[in-house]
Amino acid sequence: MLNFTIRRLVLSIPTLLFISLVIFMLLQLAPGDPMAQVPLTVPPEVKQKMREALGLGAPVHIQYIKWLHQFFIVEPSVFIDHLTANSFLLGWLPDTHLSMTVDTVTGELVQRQRVISWQTRSPVMDIVIQRMPQTIWVVGLSYVVGILIAIPIGIYSAYRHYSVFDQAGTFITMVGFSIPPFFTGPLLIVIFSVSLGWLPSIYDTTLVVDSWATFKTQVMQMIMPVMVLALQTTAQISRYMRSAMLDNLNQDYVRTARAKGLKESVVIMVHVLRNSMIPVVTVIALGMPAIFGGAIITENVFKVNGIGQLLLTALFANDLPMVMTLTFIFAILIVLFNLIADILYGVLDPRIRYD
Amino acid sequence: MTDQSAEIEVFGALKDKEPSKPPRSQWRDVWDQFRKHKGAMFGAGFLLFITLGVIFGPYLWDLEPTKLDIRNKNWRPIYTLIWDSGAIAGWAHPFGTDQLGRDIFAQMIYGGRVSMAVGWSAMILSLLIGTTVGVASGYFKRADFLLMRLTDLVLSLPILPLVLLAVTLFRQPLTSFFGSPEKGMFVLIVSVIALTSWMQTARIVRGDILALKEREFILAARSIGSTSGKIIRRHLLPNVFSPIMVSATLGLATAIITESALSFLGVGFPSDFPTWGKLLSDAVDRMQEYPERVMLPGILISMTVLSVNYLGDGLRDALDPRIRGR
Repeated sequence: MLNFTIRRLVLSIPTLLFISLVIFMLLQLAPGDPMAQVPLTVPPEVKQKMREALGLGAPVHIQYIKWLHQFFIVEPSVFIDHLTANSFLLGWLPDTHLSMTVDTVTGELVQRQRVISWQTRSPVMDIVIQRMPQTIWVVGLSYVVGILIAIPIGIYSAYRHYSVFDQAGTFITMVGFSIPPFFTGPLLIVIFSVSLGWLPSIYDTTLVVDSWATFKTQVMQMIMPVMVLALQTTAQISRYMRSAMLDNLNQDYVRTARAKGLKESVVIMVHVLRNSMIPVVTVIALGMPAIFGGAIITENVFKVNGIGQLLLTALFANDLPMVMTLTFIFAILIVLFNLIADILYGVLDPRIRYD
Repeated sequence: MTDQSAEIEVFGALKDKEPSKPPRSQWRDVWDQFRKHKGAMFGAGFLLFITLGVIFGPYLWDLEPTKLDIRNKNWRPIYTLIWDSGAIAGWAHPFGTDQLGRDIFAQMIYGGRVSMAVGWSAMILSLLIGTTVGVASGYFKRADFLLMRLTDLVLSLPILPLVLLAVTLFRQPLTSFFGSPEKGMFVLIVSVIALTSWMQTARIVRGDILALKEREFILAARSIGSTSGKIIRRHLLPNVFSPIMVSATLGLATAIITESALSFLGVGFPSDFPTWGKLLSDAVDRMQEYPERVMLPGILISMTVLSVNYLGDGLRDALDPRIRGR
């Protein structure tokens, strides 16, 4: 198992490098010019200098290697420096200066070049870190809610196969599967914000939760985005849960368990459920990155300023370093969760051995 | 005489009985099973209705979708009259008009044309790529490793961000290449969707080809000297037809949703060119006064995708001989 994990980890490095190369080359082909917004009165030599300052003068392969260096070495070291200097958890460690370098001219300690956003002229990762909590809260919560709803539905519809509940459940999951989030979002807004006026239609990220009232507002504004995302999750996972349960319910070991006089609840909840969870857990792991990607639309509908919305605004503003970094973060998530799913499959199912 | 009849009795169990019913073709069985699935029948019917509607609709409802009629702007749909007799509505514009007086019904028909065209062509292109890759990697051992690594790599690309990226970045060059923004956008969206959705088909086809390749009829075909191309065309492809059809329905649903999502995010077709996603996203700003403009295209997208999904479900049941007949 450990062998397998290490092998997969090593294999994921070329995968990620290839993906980063694909994204990089795609962006290189982009016709957009970051200098397009600079006033025409700026002389061309100055423009050329600005271009070089943004790292655009160098040949393509140098730019790519520089980006790799910035993303994989400078940014993590900045993060480590931050952890040892300011964080609550690791602040007691001696301060490190991994991201610092000695300036050749002045001899002072200066920070190394980080990935800079063309739009805001500030480090990309700082903005990503700022936006991360909103996305994780909304997306993470919706995923948890979706799973909590989906699993009981899946279990019960498989147990009462072809019953009214099963038929209704299958229909609802099919509908949830088919309605895109850019329709459920406005639909919920029309119903709950416009007609009934119960919930706010815009997610206010400046809200600080410090009292009961603000907590209530926070819950109210989270209900709709979470529900939109949870509907998709529920539809997908309950289908998998149902079919996994159906596969297991006709197995011989279930008959044995019933024959030896176990209670029905024990048969279903212990024997069948534990075996059925194996494929479902991997599906849950595999769906995590997809939900980050799908959240782009939901975040846009409810004006949640999370990562998805950041990607969209960066794309429209031609902010290529930001787009590159964000897309690559999505890719890392996908590769990571694929790995987790594979490992979980091996851990949960003793019949599967990767050696 | 008695001897003979006794003999018949004795051998009766060994003799072939008359077939109780005339032989049935495979597709007859498939159709019978398919007919039992109510959702699938509904899905097929609705899909047919929408497809015919968007093809022949413009001949029956000949209002220009882009014609501005500012005097008759903001009409409500005809059904508003049921509860609100003072509403501006009428049979001239059964679904109402938008803020510039364009007829929403005509826009929906034209939008459906675009959405369905994108969906069908992206699906067919993605099937072509997926089947080619799947057959090649399943049949030719040498190509297998490389093609499957490629498939894995593409599977771990973040699809929606990349699609957004490609569509925003290549809008200008393709528009100038094809001469008109609509054509450029159409080619771009179709190819981007196809290039990012062929992987599942490739995997399924490869798995089936790997299993079929070891069967005796392939050995027989090879032993009489059939070439690889002929074996693939005559013997392998017809046998992987059913999984391809099932993934085709999934592909159609994804393509329609992706196209609408792109239009919704504002990176799809140009603004005066109606598609379902575009109608929906344009209406979101005026959702409070005119909720029906969000609902109508939204319901159409959802219904189409739902019917395609149900069609796929029914096809999967009907084409699987283990489920058939139960």
